[in-house]
Amino acid sequence: MSGDALYERLKAYEGRPAAVAGRGKDPVNLPMIRHWCEAMGDAHPAYAGPDAVAPPTMLQAWTMGGLSGHEDRSEAYGELLGLLDGAGYTSVVATDCEQEYLRPLRPGDEITFDAVVESVSPRKTTRLGTGHFVTTRMDVRAGGELAGTHRFRILKYAPAARPPEPPERPDRQDRHHRQDRQDRQDRQERPERPRRPRPVVNRDNAGFWEGVAAHRLLIQRCTACGTLRLPWLPGCNDCGAARWDTVEAGGEGTVHSYVVMHHPPFPAFDPPYAVGLIELAEGVRMISNVVGVPYDEVRIGMPVRLEFLRVDEELVLPVFRAGDGPGAVAEGER
Amino acid sequence: MRTGDALPPLEIPVTRTLIVAGAVASRDYQDVHHDAEAARAKGSPDIFMNILTTNGLVGRYVTGHFGPRSVLRKVAIRLGAPNHPGDTMTLTGTVTGVTEGPDGTRTFLVRITGANGLGHHVTGTVAVEVPR
Repeated sequence: MSGDALYERLKAYEGRPAAVAGRGKDPVNLPMIRHWCEAMGDAHPAYAGPDAVAPPTMLQAWTMGGLSGHEDRSEAYGELLGLLDGAGYTSVVATDCEQEYLRPLRPGDEITFDAVVESVSPRKTTRLGTGHFVTTRMDVRAGGELAGTHRFRILKYAPAARPPEPPERPDRQDRHHRQDRQDRQDRQERPERPRRPRPVVNRDNAGFWEGVAAHRLLIQRCTACGTLRLPWLPGCNDCGAARWDTVEAGGEGTVHSYVVMHHPPFPAFDPPYAVGLIELAEGVRMISNVVGVPYDEVRIGMPVRLEFLRVDEELVLPVFRAGDGPGAVAEGER
Repeated sequence: MRTGDALPPLEIPVTRTLIVAGAVASRDYQDVHHDAEAARAKGSPDIFMNILTTNGLVGRYVTGHFGPRSVLRKVAIRLGAPNHPGDTMTLTGTVTGVTEGPDGTRTFLVRITGANGLGHHVTGTVAVEVPR
């Protein structure tokens, strides 16, 4: 079934009941209230003693199926979840909860509830994986009287693949990885940070990366028309000629534009950090990190100077330093 | 408290025990809230706090500040970065509105944020009533 066809079928469940004449498995009671307050560390005096009321935020807890499950779920809701499971969206995570409390719940109150499927979202991709958001709205009654409303949104999703474990260092290759990790825990060390992604080097840009390794930022120059180009390309965008030579960048530049990365976090990067589009004095632009100033102080037009960051034993990257900070970047500095 | 006033922050150490105790107290037996292996199989690096516990902690934070007579009227939360064991969640709040009823009961609207090492675990709005 195509994604769109699935979505049409999911959408048909909007407005249909999610739970009909549901019944709380236990009446509101002091032990469950006390266990809740213990877990939450909540010492509100209204939730203890002879006249105790339940913490209002327990509203949903009284409707939970627990280990024995939800026999109150409607056939329609079961079908909806079944459709999502069948499409591979087998995992579930709650994302939103909106509750209004109309009257306090007291020990002895018998809980009943009805719920309706309010909406099903189109397919969305999140950090956890791809899936659909399902929103339900529940009326919770005590002794037949409306005590609260509960709108709840879940994501039914197919888990994204976990990023692969970082490659082991050569001196560790003879050791079992699990043991290695255990050793690190025993030594109370932080696990090694995943390594920064490697550049894709091919015959069209190999000269650029050889230059970087030698701490030279090389700009391609068309030998027919003299136009400079960066990043490296097989031909001139201006005149189409294939022949080229290089000029070395002097290292001066300005921030032409920038973004600050907050989310999502990628392994080996530590957000928030600034990513700059740097205009070199020679007139070409390139993207790299702006270092030497806090991420929130990077500004358009800010003068920067090229330097080379040794990321690890095999990777050097050109980065741009703002301000009058020290010229050399220590290994591991970000 | 007036509009614009900030509540003092509350730091909550996110322990494995808190996550599991909160899940059980809320009768939530989804394996991702107590079984690390099952959580990893579902794409998460470890177990994570369930939404009912977050809801309970947000309620505790607000009534803890507004005192023994305060009553929650509304709690609306959205989850972002998960609360994994070993992290710390810092709850902060700002009063965004105050209304007073004819009997002098005041209702405060509080915008809350719970930040952990990954970002914002929870953002939301709480309405809490304080009788005269």
